[in-house]
Amino acid sequence: MHTSETSAALRSDATAWNLLFTAWLVASVSTLGALFFGEVMQIPPCVLCWYQRICMFPLVLILPAGLFPPDRKVVRYALPLTVAGWLFAVYHVLLVAGVIPEGMVPCTEGVPCSEQVIKWFGFVTIPLLAVIAFSIIILLLVLAHIRGSK
Amino acid sequence: MKQKTLFTAAAVALLLVFVVGTLLYKSERINEATQTAAANGTVLVRPHSPTLGNADAPVVIVEFFDPACETCRAFYPLVKQIMAANPGKIRLVLRYAPFHKGSDRVVAVLEAARKQDGYWPALEALLAAQAEWAPHHAAEVDLVWRHLQGVGLNLEQLRTDMNSPEIASLIAQDLADTRTLKVTKTPQFFVNSTPLLNFGYEPLKQLVDSALRETQRR
Repeated sequence: MHTSETSAALRSDATAWNLLFTAWLVASVSTLGALFFGEVMQIPPCVLCWYQRICMFPLVLILPAGLFPPDRKVVRYALPLTVAGWLFAVYHVLLVAGVIPEGMVPCTEGVPCSEQVIKWFGFVTIPLLAVIAFSIIILLLVLAHIRGSK
Repeated sequence: MKQKTLFTAAAVALLLVFVVGTLLYKSERINEATQTAAANGTVLVRPHSPTLGNADAPVVIVEFFDPACETCRAFYPLVKQIMAANPGKIRLVLRYAPFHKGSDRVVAVLEAARKQDGYWPALEALLAAQAEWAPHHAAEVDLVWRHLQGVGLNLEQLRTDMNSPEIASLIAQDLADTRTLKVTKTPQFFVNSTPLLNFGYEPLKQLVDSALRETQRR
């Protein structure tokens, strides 16, 4: 009885770890991607992009703190940033789509937030990538929390 | 232990992809820019542009510039230095890329000064006083007149000339050419149609020197 409980706990721990690790992977790819757009392709980030970066970049450093040693409490520290980033990204997508009129947001000189600098396959924009990344991270963090608390 | 190895391997792999991607992207851009400039020789130099130096000089520096751009101001004496060091061998062609707000009006002033054969003194007077008429990165044409008083131009005539349709179409043509040549920053230099991609005084000097060497060999 006792041994099977321990092994179940270990297994759920391993699953939680994998979920957190995957969340870190997504955050790292997003961060490096944003740096590639900004620093290598030299696309100037607009104000909303900066707010999303503020929420994404720290995850690259915060999440590993919960991986070594495994600590599921990291979800509580990472989730507020992730949710805030998700909200900014959704707002940005709606702005680009024209659902929210521009003029409501202050923009960096010469970099209107509604401008689409990248459009892959006709619909993939940078803010859409951000929404996808933040959504995946939220999902993984919540799953890791549920797994870890079992 | 396994987890640590996995994490480290992933971190190294991600960084490696980033670095390799950066290098590939940069070399691709250099190829592209060189080809664009080579394929658009007529776009690069237009007969309407102001030029300085020997008309038959073997080396031609094309500079896309904005009178309100601070780096352009800083580079102006440096370009003249390079020209002075190689007398008769370099011709400078100025193209306009008035990306700052309001600086197309200042370009119109300069072009009107050209009609009175006062282009270079006017340009030098305006560059010297740039901070005063272009505060906060926006050019204000109303503030330039004071700085043109000592240059010996007929300012009355100049105010009329600057609104001429030829000047407007010249500026429009130069702006259209910046898009064709993918010039997005000022100053952008082309030396015998090779774009200067690693920006700086030393790289420019090296590019000019190698062009000079090339023409000597021929």
